[in-house]
This record gives sequence, structure tokens and C-alpha cells, in this order.
Amino acid sequence: MSLAFDKVPLQLTVNGKPCAVEVEPRTLLVELIREQLNLTGTHVGCDTTYCGACTVLLNGRNVKSCTVLAVQADGSDVRTVEGLATEGKLHPVQEAYAANHGLQCGFCTPGLLMSTVRLLEKHPKPSDQQIRKAIAGNTCRCTGYQNILKAIRAAAAAGK
Amino acid sequence: MSPYPFHYHRAHTLAEAVTLLAQLGGEGQLLAGGQSLIPLMKLRLARPGALVDLNFVPGLSAIDEHSGEIRMGAMARHAALEDSELVARVPILHDCAAGIADSQVRNMGTIGGSVAEADPSGDWVAVLLTLGAQVRCTGPQGERIMPVSDFVTDAYTTMLGPAEIVQEIRVKLPPAKSGGAFIAFKRCASVYASASAAVQLTLGDGDICRDIHIALGCVGLTAVVPIAAQDALRGKPVSAKSIENAADAAMAAAEPQSDMRGSADYKRVLVRAVVKRAIDIAARRARGERVEAGHEYVARV
Ligand SMILES: Cc1cc2nc3c(=O)[nH]c(=O)nc-3n(C[C@H](O)[C@H](O)[C@H](O)COP(=O)(O)OP(=O)(O)OC[C@H]3O[C@@H](n4cnc5c(N)ncnc54)[C@H](O)[C@@H]3O)c2cc1C
Ligand code: FES
Ligand code: FES
Repeated sequence: MSLAFDKVPLQLTVNGKPCAVEVEPRTLLVELIREQLNLTGTHVGCDTTYCGACTVLLNGRNVKSCTVLAVQADGSDVRTVEGLATEGKLHPVQEAYAANHGLQCGFCTPGLLMSTVRLLEKHPKPSDQQIRKAIAGNTCRCTGYQNILKAIRAAAAAGK
Repeated sequence: MSPYPFHYHRAHTLAEAVTLLAQLGGEGQLLAGGQSLIPLMKLRLARPGALVDLNFVPGLSAIDEHSGEIRMGAMARHAALEDSELVARVPILHDCAAGIADSQVRNMGTIGGSVAEADPSGDWVAVLLTLGAQVRCTGPQGERIMPVSDFVTDAYTTMLGPAEIVQEIRVKLPPAKSGGAFIAFKRCASVYASASAAVQLTLGDGDICRDIHIALGCVGLTAVVPIAAQDALRGKPVSAKSIENAADAAMAAAEPQSDMRGSADYKRVLVRAVVKRAIDIAARRARGERVEAGHEYVARV
């Protein structure tokens, strides 16, 4: 069997900008984002769809971009951590993580920020149970989560 | 790791997907949410020559009420089912949809993919068994519909022909004074359960259990229906004693294997606990109480 596989043309919106690319069918969304679009804020922390470091928003919903094929995202709106700050000003959720020590090494943070943004867009005033459920697919090896919970409560209280 | 290379085909209608699968022969495999298939392809445990993508077929993710049934399109995502008010009318369905893996996986994974995958640790099949759900399939020979109990034949094995597609899952709205509950116990969010119990029952006068269906997940090659446990309650009053008897019978029917999720002995004891709780909550819901149920894990506060 030949290994020359046809490339597939895709049209997406990435962080608000239209974007036309060609990918091999096996390209993962995270590979497209990091390696073709050079948006390296989205991280890869595992090989097993476990850690959530790769979380991005696909049409507003948080997904693990290591477990979505780029071809599945054709025509979609993709938001990554790079899309949060506007004109050099941090997004309120980023501000809340910084102010509440919601990160230490920061490896998990891009994914957690995206899950948090999704949560607050869906439930602007989430209960603690809703917060825990929303970030249950994001693993953090540093913080012990307490300051992440604090950050999310603070972001919600700030009404953002 | 990257998946092994494959050819990509995008279907725009169900008929086109069937035709593509038939043309590709054994080479082709369907892609739904990809939340089972892509992890396997990344580890190269699965190596399909071609994928037929269902994500661009319009109308395949509808969730509708029709003729006293809830009809869930194969491509309905777990998250869409979790958020559906119609689905919430059958609480056991909501229990299941709302707790599978984590929010990210639920935003992609589909009920059709889950049922077609027939993973012995998957949640949907056990839940759908207790509701007598029907699986509607489409293939080169046309359509057919069959109970989920016939559809799943073994671990990872179903009645689907090589070019046949799950199109829809149908669940009859249960009669008055019915209640159900699904309890799945897992170590953390993003993993499959160690053991689970689905219970759907209908009460009669004097708290008599008129009808009951129980299915156990993760403790057999397919979901286990513990007949003796159902008999321990059917036609009898729902009491602490009868629930206890049913839970003991369910434990005896389980056939768990020791693995990284726990020893067989541990899982048997877990089965008794989840069955007991699921029956209790199902009965309370049948009496009109609002009770939470679903997936539980050690770390949840
Ligand atoms: C980290 C993680 C944790 C998980 N935890 C759980 C859990 O706790 N409980 C649980 O139930 N599931 C769990 N899952 C699996 C998840 O629910 C999957 O979404 C589901 O099993 C498969 O659905 P899918 O749409 O992703 O299917 P895919 O991965 O796209 O496909 C799965 C298989 O079904 C076939 N297929 C797909 N759709 C159809 C169709 N319409 N007709 C015929 N064949 C079809 C495909 O060809 C493939 O062989 C987990 C997954 C991950 C990654
Ligand atoms: S990289 Fe770990 S879940 Fe995607
Ligand atoms: S801050 Fe280090 S992993 Fe979360």
C-alpha cells in the first residue's frame, strides 16, 4: 500500500481569523494548531486522552484537541489560549488565575483556561459542583486544585 | 503518537456513507466522535485503511419525541443528551449522559458510537438495556430495527453488517410511577467505571414493584442482566430487605475480572453497593422524589 495520501483542504476560523490549510487525514487538531499554525500555547501532556492540557474550544465547546482529527474541525470555529487576551490585555479568566495563584508550572493552564471559559459561557454563576464537573477532565500536577477553584469562583464573581 | 496513515472520505448523507463503506470493503471504518477510535489509532491498536466521516451528515444528531418515544440520532453527542430537557424526562438517561468521562469527551463522543463500539465497560448499553431500547440500523439491504439486547452479541461485537450503520436509538417513555437510576463508580472522571448498575422500575399500589429491569456494566463480556435480582423484587414490596436480596443476587450474577481497576472480589462487593443504591434511588424517583444519581468517584466532593 502506498503511503502517499491525498491532503485534505480545510477552512477554519482560528481565534477569529479565517484560515485555509491542507492536512494529511491523520493530522490531529493539536498538531495542526501547534505545528502548522505555530500556536504552541496549546500543550500535549499525554498519549491517552487523559490530561486535558490540549483543551481548545471547538464551536464554543471544550474538546481535547489531541483526540480530534483536524478534518473533523473543517468549517469550525476554533479558539485557543492565544485567542483569550485582546490587545495585550489578559482575559478576565487569565487575570483571575494569576491573582489567585491558580497555576504553578503552568503546563496545564492553557487547557484549564479553555475549560473555564467554556464553563462561564454556559453557566456564568456556576455552583461548586458545576465547577468541579467542568474541569474534571483537566489534570494539574502542581496546584492541588484549590487555587484553581478559587480562581474560577473569582472569575465568576467578577461577572466575566 | 500519530495514527497510521489512512484515506479520508467525508459522507454528506447516510446513503453515501453506506455506499462508501460497501465500496471500501473491510478497509473502511466509520468515524463518529472519535473518542474511542482516535485513542486506539494513536496507540496504533487500530489501523483502518480508510475512515468514513459521519460528522458532516446533517440530521443525524437530532433528539426528538415521536409516538411516545425518545429518538436519539446516532451522532447525538453525550453533552447534547446531558443538556436535553426531553432526555431528562427519563432520569436514568440523563444520569448516564452527564457522567461519561469528562466535559471534553462528552462534547465529542456520541451515543451511536458508544453502542456500536459495544465496549463491555461502556455505559450506554447497560442503561439502554433496562429501557428496552431499540437500535435502528441502515445498510445496503435497507433498514432494520432491533432491541439493544439482540444488537450487542459479545464484547466489542454487534449484529452490524460490514456496511451497516447505527442510525438512531429509540427509547419508549416509561409509564407513570416509573423511576430509574444509573450508578457508575470510577476512580476519577476521565476513565471507565470499575462497576456500574442501571435500574429501571415501575411501582404499583402499596409500593409493590410491578416491573424491574437491572443491568450491570463492566463485570462481564457484555452488560449482565441479573435475572434472580429482578425476581427478588418483581411483584414484591420495595423494602430494605427486598433491596438487600436483589443486591445479593446481582453480586452473585456478576462475572468481573481482576484488572487495574480492581480485583474481582472488590468489584463484586462494589456491584452489591451500586445495585442497592440504584434500586433505592429508582424507587424514590418513581415515588416522585428528586434525587441525584450518576457517576461517582473517589475524588468527588
Ligand atoms: C478518556 C475517556 C474516557 C471515557 N470514559 C467513558 C466512560 O466512562 N463511559 C463510556 O461509556 N464511554 C467512555 N468513553 C468512550 C466515549 O463514550 C466514546 O465517545 C464512545 O465510546 C464512542 O463514541 P464515539 O462517537 O466517540 O465513536 P468513535 O470513536 O468515532 O467510534 C467508535 C467505534 O464505533 C464505530 N461507529 C461509530 N459510530 C457508528 C455508527 N453510527 N454506526 C456504526 N458504527 C459506528 C466506529 O467505526 C468505531 O469502531 C471514554 C473515552 C475517553 C477518551
Ligand atoms: S494531550 Fe493529554 S488529553 Fe490531550
Ligand atoms: S500548574 Fe503545573 S500542572 Fe498545573
